[in-house]
Amino acid sequence: MAGPRIPAVSSDDLGAVAALNDPVRRAVYEYVISQGREVGRNEAAEAVGVQRTLAAFHLDKLVEAGLLEPDFKRLGERTGPGSGRPAKVYRRAPGEWQVSVPPRDYRTLALVLAEVVDLLGGDERAEQAARRTGARLAAPGGELGETLRRRGYEPYPEGGDLRLRNCPFHVLAEEHPLLVCSMNLALCQGLLEGMGRDPDAARLDPRPGECCVAFSKNNEN
Amino acid sequence: MHLAQLNVARLLAPLDSPEIADFVNLLEPVNKVSDAAPGFVWRLKGGEDPRDTVKHDYGDDLVINFSVWESRETLWNFVYRSAHLPVLRRRKEWFHHIAQPYSVMWWIPEGHIPSLAEGMERLELLREHGPGPRAFTFKDFYEPGASSGTDLYETAASS
Repeated sequence: MAGPRIPAVSSDDLGAVAALNDPVRRAVYEYVISQGREVGRNEAAEAVGVQRTLAAFHLDKLVEAGLLEPDFKRLGERTGPGSGRPAKVYRRAPGEWQVSVPPRDYRTLALVLAEVVDLLGGDERAEQAARRTGARLAAPGGELGETLRRRGYEPYPEGGDLRLRNCPFHVLAEEHPLLVCSMNLALCQGLLEGMGRDPDAARLDPRPGECCVAFSKNNEN
Repeated sequence: MHLAQLNVARLLAPLDSPEIADFVNLLEPVNKVSDAAPGFVWRLKGGEDPRDTVKHDYGDDLVINFSVWESRETLWNFVYRSAHLPVLRRRKEWFHHIAQPYSVMWWIPEGHIPSLAEGMERLELLREHGPGPRAFTFKDFYEPGASSGTDLYETAASS
């Protein structure tokens, strides 16, 4: 039976996070995750402005730390014989790492509370509370992209929309998707409200592997 | 193995009433998303019209969804990571809150088309005995081949 995947508080998250201490390695990591796809060694080297061998060294260190996962893929147009062997590519690893000194564990308590909301059928009240929280978190006149970045959403433009690459509530959303995605939408609407913008610019438009909320940019300017 | 899922919901008003019109109108677009979703294998259809619901003898107010998927992940991505989610959020507008489990899953051999009676039996099994390898949920999920001491048939067959 699969229970909630709550990482132990004492797992080696500190080791994983400490791997980001080197500024070049951190730049390499941030470039890969900002692409939302697999990135090759040459591309990472060019983006960060270092030699290919140095980029490769840091990419492999990030794999060792569990922050990226490697794959092999044919890059470029040519296929079949003569197209060369597949290149090593990297993407963000699925795990999550959290460091708190001294140890704190808000995830487990949040999971318990989410279960209580479900049992009480209190999802509407939970959404209202999330909306109020969102409004308190945003500064009037603030910039939407920056506000979302600071809350860990990793926004990126697509078409006329602003989409969110990362779900900041991932473990909870896996366990209580309907409740958590609804609360997340309410929180995002609250953020807009707090910034003095139209809350209806946020809508639920989920995709595999991303946050469930998207923003239409129609009323951006 | 493929993953079969069945879920039921009790309507607040008749299917052809104005209260339920939004739900009926959403059937076609949502079924389109489901049928084109990665990992979708099969779904029990009510008829040729994409808005037909599954016909059955379990009461006029009961709406039944019954489908087969390649994996937990593909079913999950349809239910919670597609245009189905915003519709699922509105369920209280059209359906009663059911205190009992209303959704069940179980593994079937690839190529097997399960009968509706089989699906309703699995739901009963889940309601009476809780989750087990023969009837389970996303929350209490069982991998194929998982056996449990309480499942006498499977224990006997595997020994």
